[in-house]
Amino acid sequence: MNGFTRLVKNGGLWMAGKRNSPWGAGRGGKAGNGNDSGDGSGPRPDPTPPPGSSGPRNPWLPPESGSSGNGNVENIFARGRGRGGGGGGGNFRMPQRPGGKSWFPVAVVAIVALGLGATMFHVVDAEEQGVVKTLGNYTRTLEPGFNISAPWPIETVDIVNVDGVRAIDIPTSDQQAKLILTGDQNLVDLSYVVRWNIQNLENFKFELVEPIETVSEVAEAAMRASVAEKTLDETFSGQGRAEIELAVRERMQRVLDGYAAGINILGVEIDKADPPGEVVDAFRDVSVAEQNADAARNQARGYAQQVLAQAEGEAEAFNKVYEQYRLAPEVTRQRLYYETMERVLRQTDKTIVEPGNVTTYLPLPEIRKRAQQAPSQGSSATVTAPTKGGQ
Amino acid sequence: MGSFFASRRGLVIGLAIAVVLFFLSAFVVPEEEQAVVLRAGEPVGTVNTTTGDTNAGLYFRVPIIDQVRRVEKRLLDLEMNDEEVLSNDQQRLLVNAYARFRIVDPVRMVERAGSTDGVRAALEPILNSVLRQELGRRTFQAMLTAERGAALANVRANLDRQARQYGAEVIDVQIKRTDLPQGAPLESAFQRMETDREREARTIRAQGSRDARIIRAEADAESARIYAEAFGKDASFYDFYRAMQSYDATFAKENGNGAESSIILSPDNEYLRQFRGRR
Repeated sequence: MNGFTRLVKNGGLWMAGKRNSPWGAGRGGKAGNGNDSGDGSGPRPDPTPPPGSSGPRNPWLPPESGSSGNGNVENIFARGRGRGGGGGGGNFRMPQRPGGKSWFPVAVVAIVALGLGATMFHVVDAEEQGVVKTLGNYTRTLEPGFNISAPWPIETVDIVNVDGVRAIDIPTSDQQAKLILTGDQNLVDLSYVVRWNIQNLENFKFELVEPIETVSEVAEAAMRASVAEKTLDETFSGQGRAEIELAVRERMQRVLDGYAAGINILGVEIDKADPPGEVVDAFRDVSVAEQNADAARNQARGYAQQVLAQAEGEAEAFNKVYEQYRLAPEVTRQRLYYETMERVLRQTDKTIVEPGNVTTYLPLPEIRKRAQQAPSQGSSATVTAPTKGGQ
Repeated sequence: MGSFFASRRGLVIGLAIAVVLFFLSAFVVPEEEQAVVLRAGEPVGTVNTTTGDTNAGLYFRVPIIDQVRRVEKRLLDLEMNDEEVLSNDQQRLLVNAYARFRIVDPVRMVERAGSTDGVRAALEPILNSVLRQELGRRTFQAMLTAERGAALANVRANLDRQARQYGAEVIDVQIKRTDLPQGAPLESAFQRMETDREREARTIRAQGSRDARIIRAEADAESARIYAEAFGKDASFYDFYRAMQSYDATFAKENGNGAESSIILSPDNEYLRQFRGRR
């Protein structure tokens, strides 16, 4: 492989940038992977070295040929190139002279060097990993940190955010709501979120054609299967929801592990579980009915409290009086009688009629009138003088 | 520069030829693919198959004569369109399933189906009919729930048997959708849901008023018990006591009686006993 590698290097320098090379390597993007969020498919431009800061220390580079700031790379490369003896070695000292020599070879060299620098050095962030393919063959996974690989096209590096949580909304915002059948053959309008991340980057890259698509398909299948095991009321209840979420998550993980997808399902959350729009009024009426029933019960309870309080109060009052009465029955009775009569007669018209032979004219209308005229003048008393009838 | 080429012309030409040859014969098989090398249409070798011992990487072929056919190595999916399935209790159901399959024998696949799309085209009607058979043997309810797993296992096994002919292996079949078809089935389901809820609402209201009545009656009974317990100690005193309260309530204005009362007393009245000076 070593001799071969050198050969490829030499060839590679010439062939770099030629699009019609038969090398399969370097095709980063894979069909069906373009719609994902954050799956940087394809080799992404590496942040190092930053372009634009030219290293003027480099003797054979013009200051304005925006070379990478990594002068070392250039030097190494230049030396390597000199040793490699590929065509163009003779151009080395040309740019040094201001003798009207062409800048073209220098530009080519600079571009190649840039390309090499960009494809040889990789900074992998803490939540990322990178897969390295050597001539198409997966060879290793890059861990976070600074990594070096052979340049393109020998090795291609694909750095992907592994730990970052990705979320899939189902149904997606542009999809119309899909009704799901429950076990008791009712329909429920569910929307939910699946959160996942990559557990094994190698599997994720090389086991599934459309990993993202697969996650949402598996989610749909799992959700329908799980909801079909529940009744409609259970899907509305908090506990039923939690059970569904758990069941979906486990089901999904099982299926995806069966595909060796390298995907970790972190959680499934049901956003909303509603009755279908067509029948929502009937469902609302049920909750209204609940409220009505509660209101009726509450009213009855209020009545009950009132009645009982009154009964207890009256009973207690009676008991108190009765205790006194038991101590002195006759006197208490008299006292109560007189007190009551005072209260009653103080506020009423009183007419005392002497029974006997005199037919009394009762001026009832008069009384009534007077009562209406002066209701507040205390009490008028009409007392017929008592006769000493007995004497 | 000219002198450089002149002095080593042979070397340069040799190198150029070598490079050209290299690019004509080398081919790279990436990790995601399997490759079948065809010589004059006959398969002569495979690279990076699921069962073989070669890995992805750089390989050489005889230029011009050998052709390389690339075959997807990863898990492929087979989608079907929504299909109406009739359960054995004559209920219609809209079903959509998918299968996940993998090419395990690329040589056979290339020979029989040509490409993965060819495999899909061959398998899709099979998936359709197998699914129909399996689900059509079951009741609507069973389609939805418990037997789903068993049905799908059967579908997978059946489909897998067929897929082997094309060098494919079916890993999994899942039902993605089971919906009621638009129109009558959906409408009647909605209607059923509505009437269910209406019944529920009626029941809830009836229960509410029933409970209210019971609560009121219990309170009345309890208060009666309290009264009886207290007043029963001395019925005659209660009679007196309650009468006094009653006079207060009916005659006394301060208890909020609007109407004036006029009372005509007979001198024999108990209240006037002392008034008349009699003992």
